[in-house]
Amino acid sequence: MRPILIRGGRVIDPSSGTDAAADVLLVDGKVTAVSPKLAPRGDAEVLDVTGCVVAPGFVDLHAHLREPGREDVETIATGARAAVAGGFTSVCAMPNTDPVTDNQAAVGFIVSQARRAGMARVYPIGAVSLGQKGEQLAEFGELVAAGAVGVSDDGRPVATAHLMRTALEYALSFGIPVIDHCEDVSLSAGGSMHEGLVSTRLGLKGIPRAAEDVIVARDLQLAELTGGHLHCAHVSTAGAVAMIRAAKARGVRVTAEVTPHHLALTDVACEGYETNAKMNPPLRELPDVAALRAGLADGTIDCIATDHAPHHYDAKEQEFDNAPFGVVGLETALGLAITELVNGGVLSLAALVRCLSTRPAEVAHLPAGTLAPGAPADVVVFDPAAQWTVDPARFFSKSRNTPFAGRKLFGLVRWTIVGGAIAHRADLSAAT
Amino acid sequence: MSAGRLGKDLLGLEHLSADDIRLILDTAEPFKEISERAIKKVPVLRGKTIVNLFFEPSTRTRVSFEFAEHRLSADTVNVAAAGSSVSKGETLVDTARNLEAMRIDMVVMRHGSSGAAKFLADRIKSNVINAGDGKHEHPTQGLLDLLTIRDHRPIEGTRVCIVGDVLHSRVARSNIWGLLKLGAEVAVCGPQTLLPMGIEQLGVKVFRRIEEAIEWAAVLNVLRLQLERMEGGYVPSVREYYRVFGVTLERLEHVPRELLILHPGPMNRGVEIDSRVADGPHSVILNQVTNGVAVRMAVLYLLAGGRPELAESAKGAPER
Repeated sequence: MRPILIRGGRVIDPSSGTDAAADVLLVDGKVTAVSPKLAPRGDAEVLDVTGCVVAPGFVDLHAHLREPGREDVETIATGARAAVAGGFTSVCAMPNTDPVTDNQAAVGFIVSQARRAGMARVYPIGAVSLGQKGEQLAEFGELVAAGAVGVSDDGRPVATAHLMRTALEYALSFGIPVIDHCEDVSLSAGGSMHEGLVSTRLGLKGIPRAAEDVIVARDLQLAELTGGHLHCAHVSTAGAVAMIRAAKARGVRVTAEVTPHHLALTDVACEGYETNAKMNPPLRELPDVAALRAGLADGTIDCIATDHAPHHYDAKEQEFDNAPFGVVGLETALGLAITELVNGGVLSLAALVRCLSTRPAEVAHLPAGTLAPGAPADVVVFDPAAQWTVDPARFFSKSRNTPFAGRKLFGLVRWTIVGGAIAHRADLSAAT
Repeated sequence: MSAGRLGKDLLGLEHLSADDIRLILDTAEPFKEISERAIKKVPVLRGKTIVNLFFEPSTRTRVSFEFAEHRLSADTVNVAAAGSSVSKGETLVDTARNLEAMRIDMVVMRHGSSGAAKFLADRIKSNVINAGDGKHEHPTQGLLDLLTIRDHRPIEGTRVCIVGDVLHSRVARSNIWGLLKLGAEVAVCGPQTLLPMGIEQLGVKVFRRIEEAIEWAAVLNVLRLQLERMEGGYVPSVREYYRVFGVTLERLEHVPRELLILHPGPMNRGVEIDSRVADGPHSVILNQVTNGVAVRMAVLYLLAGGRPELAESAKGAPER
């Protein structure tokens, strides 16, 4: 493997507090030097990255790669390819596959498919309960031994308070977070969007904020009781942000993530029965978006995760209440974050890199999120000023279900390097 | 697939202007008379092909549309979901495209999903008339309610209260838009479990006690308690609903005014409405049904590109 010298960029590495002009040298799959004006080496490929940010590769704690079971909408290979196109070098794969990732063989399958694909690193999340049925705990020890880095029944909540309690307690032996999709299904049943004025006008059954808040409150109590590590997936309400903030202040071990779409859109995006704006949790209202942004800025919410959820064209080309929940997100996350958050004055570029890379790596204890010498050579190089237009036809993902088609975004991934090898190189014809 | 002043489709009243709504009501006036003739047929839509596509059971609305179509001389086909390709798993968009491939002019659709009418209208060139989509809108019902109220009193300034299961009611939404646009004062009344979130932000008053609503209103539009949609047990029992929220003669006798009583049907007698009220002197429930045919004729005529000022002459001289 040829060494790579990344020259002339602005290096942002939140793990060391670095934000300065520097060169980065990658040798044998490791970061070996970060320093101004590194001497050129004859054997190295030189990337001139003037004007770009050089950062540790992004880490997505929440993606649905659909394999096994729905290889028609995404595979581990296409998902991992889409990930590097979005600057992600590590992706956590949610276990609501078919069959469910609830045993060591299933985890091993994902690990081996990811190795074969050779793009982003893929870390499986195991199920909390067998079959995600909410009854019997999955074998966390065997899941972790096979490569799982967390557990979740995502797609649905951990079914009962008792199961959540035991999951948080049992996970303590393995040092993994229990990731909960916080939704009281008795409050959300039959709902297809946020409950509010828009759902009333459209005549669609709403999902109230309380559906999320009730389970966040339950889980925070249980995390406090057990000392276990709770990670709240895709937080969407102002109430959840406030509860997590208060819990952190009193020392509860809780971390949280928010998606780019919940930071960028409100329920108004569902107008006209736009099924690409149908997701779970649903897009909420402006005060929620403001609270999510504030929570991200003050560290209440630790990271941005995509909840990348590919669906077939036909599945979204339906009546709104029949269409499935979810949007793809790997390839638009950085652009949305820079356009909405950095250019919107919510986060500095350094804070954004922390939310996309360093913090999520810490949450799941992944060897990522840093450019410290000796760290894996997982690097993203992006141009924060470059503008491009979202064209779903150019996605590497197999699916196209995005509400952002046609949006002009700032922030273009130029190179993504995984383990010292270039996994993605931007096709600049998309930039404007 | 023509487009008159109303545009290509009638999907709801929310996006119509007050002038458009008045245009439809005014156009309906001359059409009322056709149904009173011995030979109830004029050649206004001769050669037009209309598909009545009903994915949910309907008697009144479907028959009313059929009469409206036949009295305007259109050729019509009825498709019901049961026994059709829909029951074989065909998607809505494929059903629509196949119908369109047979070169039809209009589709009248009833569907259980909110937004289904817009979904169809966005994907086919034919005119689409929404005959009820989920809990969203039922515009021709809203229009016939407006026409019926207007037959008895000016709509502007009149206090109209919609009573009952507003949450699940497409009739309520179309009524609210239409009444507000024509200047009525609008209220809704029911248990909070049956009132949608944020309804007051549409500009309507909210009453949680039927007595207060009756005290306030000049017109009551009593909604059917949609028993088939009570998925979540929104009211404890039908008996209690009647006792607490029923529009009964005793409650009406408490106020000195004579309230106009509307009901979109089908009625649950002794659930949301007292038979003595439904059959009483101030009930205009059957007038609504009669007006329904005229309103639907007006909508069909206008969407087909008919000029409103010619509606009177288009219908020709009465048969003697």
